[in-house]
Amino acid sequence: MTVKKEIIALILAGGQGSRLGVLTKKEAKPAVLFGGKYRIIDFSLSNCINSNIDTVGILTQYQPMKLNSHIGIGKPWDLDRMDGGVAMLSPYMKAESLDWYKGTANSVYHNIEYVDKYEPSHVAILSGDHIYKMDYSKMLYMHKLKDADATISVVQIAIEDASRFGIVICDENGKITGFEEKPESPRSNLASMGVYIFNWNVLKEYLIKDEENDISGHDFGKDIIPAMLADSRNLYVYKYTSYWRDVGTIQAYWEASMDLVKRVPDFNLYDRDWKIYTPNPVKPAHYVGPDGIVKKSIVAEGCTIYGTVRNSVLFPGVYIGEGALIEDSVVMSNSRVESFTILKQCIICENCVIGKSSILGEGGPGVNEYKPDMYNSGITVVGERTIVPDGMHIGRNVMIDIDVSPVDFCSDSVPSGGSIFKGGICE
Amino acid sequence: MNNTVGIVLTGGKHPALKDLASMRSVSAVPVGSKYRAIDFVLSNMVNSGIKKVGIITQFSYRSLMDHLGSGKEWDLDRRHDGLFIFPPSLEENDTGWYKGTSDAIYNNLMFLNRSSEEYVIISQGNLVFKMDFNKMLQYHLQKDSDMTIAYKEMSDSPINELQQMGILAVSEDGRICDLQEKPLTPLTNNASMGIYLMKRKLLISLVEECAAHGTYDLVKDIIIRKVPSLKIFGYKFEGYWRNLVNINNYYRCNMELLDPGIYAELFQKNWKIYTKVKDEAPAKYNEEAEVRNSILGDGCIIEGTVDSSVLFRGVTVQKGAIVRDSIIMQDSKIEEGAVVEYAIIDKGVTLTRSKYIKGDRSWPAVISKNAIV
Repeated sequence: MTVKKEIIALILAGGQGSRLGVLTKKEAKPAVLFGGKYRIIDFSLSNCINSNIDTVGILTQYQPMKLNSHIGIGKPWDLDRMDGGVAMLSPYMKAESLDWYKGTANSVYHNIEYVDKYEPSHVAILSGDHIYKMDYSKMLYMHKLKDADATISVVQIAIEDASRFGIVICDENGKITGFEEKPESPRSNLASMGVYIFNWNVLKEYLIKDEENDISGHDFGKDIIPAMLADSRNLYVYKYTSYWRDVGTIQAYWEASMDLVKRVPDFNLYDRDWKIYTPNPVKPAHYVGPDGIVKKSIVAEGCTIYGTVRNSVLFPGVYIGEGALIEDSVVMSNSRVESFTILKQCIICENCVIGKSSILGEGGPGVNEYKPDMYNSGITVVGERTIVPDGMHIGRNVMIDIDVSPVDFCSDSVPSGGSIFKGGICE
Repeated sequence: MNNTVGIVLTGGKHPALKDLASMRSVSAVPVGSKYRAIDFVLSNMVNSGIKKVGIITQFSYRSLMDHLGSGKEWDLDRRHDGLFIFPPSLEENDTGWYKGTSDAIYNNLMFLNRSSEEYVIISQGNLVFKMDFNKMLQYHLQKDSDMTIAYKEMSDSPINELQQMGILAVSEDGRICDLQEKPLTPLTNNASMGIYLMKRKLLISLVEECAAHGTYDLVKDIIIRKVPSLKIFGYKFEGYWRNLVNINNYYRCNMELLDPGIYAELFQKNWKIYTKVKDEAPAKYNEEAEVRNSILGDGCIIEGTVDSSVLFRGVTVQKGAIVRDSIIMQDSKIEEGAVVEYAIIDKGVTLTRSKYIKGDRSWPAVISKNAIV
């Protein structure tokens, strides 16, 4: 028999996060590395366990392999439990059909049985791709106090950004009177964080109704919440005031990484009372060589630094050769930057080798010609397992694909806004 | 090497390690920014394919047990085999303390009797090294040896340290013809590494015989006496090896890890050294940080100067503080303007503003656990 739970959490981790370009080519956005040793989903998952939620379903769809191996049985988050714990919920074959998740609400609809097993009175619906620390138990307390059917966590944003978010309109008691997804002329500056607490019996009813509606997009923000508002259900806001970031674009990812290296970071990873958990790599302590210089940076285990690192984030096992200069950059696990190479405003994915005496991220301001909407903020991105040959000069807003090898480079320079693909053909 | 069972002897009092080992077993002494001494031998055993390890403990084993837990980090939490811990079982009249290493094995003979592995490898727990025991077993088989003892040529060690070791005289074909335990005038520079390989059944009969004669020590009462009658071979080890026995060699060993060659040998080539995880965030450097020739664990926050030092996890070095040629253990805090040179700062120490601690390379200062200076 399963023990009845007061609240369980479902983390929506199925999205690609396509605006992250080459970072999400082979993994879902929640699996993207962030903050020197974590993957993005670690923040929501750690919030769950720190809020005493011990039953968490993770709904996956897009490229789940890295996510599956990362989560495993949930050991790092103390979610390997006799009762509850973590479960990976992927779309599955049914007797009549194979149903991919058609939307966020639909993905929960397909897992009604999973939730019912624990007979919870409440369900927290969380998105797996945000950077924040939040105590869901406080939100649950407010939810119960207001006798709400649903509570939506909101954060104040600048009104000019409001057209990119789901905007919540509420009265002075916090009761929600309107909800608009990405409105052209926003009526409020309260953005939904994609963090909801529902009474399970109410949510279940709306999920079933929504599934029967052929014209629905099966989305929480677009369909479920408006339907509940139309029925005058009790929906309340929960105002969240600390650090919260949706690292949905290359620029947002880079900015959030740079937030971590400030003297008193806006987002503190060193809080002993609210640790962020992740599987620990088996690596020795990091080593700074006799001429190494490290300033205003975070450095993970197993790094070897002979050069200079400023204002940057280094993941486990990174090697920085002598005379190399890393500035305003993110270098992910086990990548090597060889001697006398300069990186400025670059994101280097896992297992790359950047050859000797190269320069990356220096040049004119030209935006990327291939994906101008993605690579336009001056940041050069190198996909995983790519090898950049020695002596390259690579500009800004450059995109280098995953698995690129030296033969894919046609000359020793890539101007700003250029792109290099695997098997790319030289003119 | 799943035909071998491992035994780690973590025992012995080590007064020369002073406060570092007064409240913790010598095998639980922190080394190299994140490890405890026992991690090395345990990882070596696991990486060599050994699936079953018995840990014999005697003094102050709380920190050791806390560190080992269920053996999860070494992949030794198994349904069958895995990790076994053998503290002394005290009986009435306070008897039951292990009287020596052989006595300790004798008291837990059930562990060996119930095992089915053909071989047993015994090692001390206070060794810093990386070694593939398969190669030692191959040598053992090739020599048709009854017992094989690993040794290392230690001409780089001072005489007073050789005097604390087991010294071997090895003939040209590798056979051991003499073994002196802690001799005043060492015969040779060949130090026993404290690692013994033999058939499990031989070990059982040797400790039974030893107990029947009313003696207790594996080296003095068994191995030395058996040198003439058993075929005991020496297996020469060429890699890096240190046994932590006193403050000086403890300090030197940690400093040697700053040598990129030794660091790479122990941590980067071929296999991994496992330890208990701590869920710390990566280390953070602020603008004023000046760090050179040092190794630092996760969770450190550095705003001062760190030169030629070993910093463990969660150490804070504040602005204007200077740490040189020192070892700073977990969660210690060096406040603004404080200076530490040639010192070993144990866990959880706070060195308040502008304090100055200075030892000497040959006599490092030791600040004991949780002190506030």
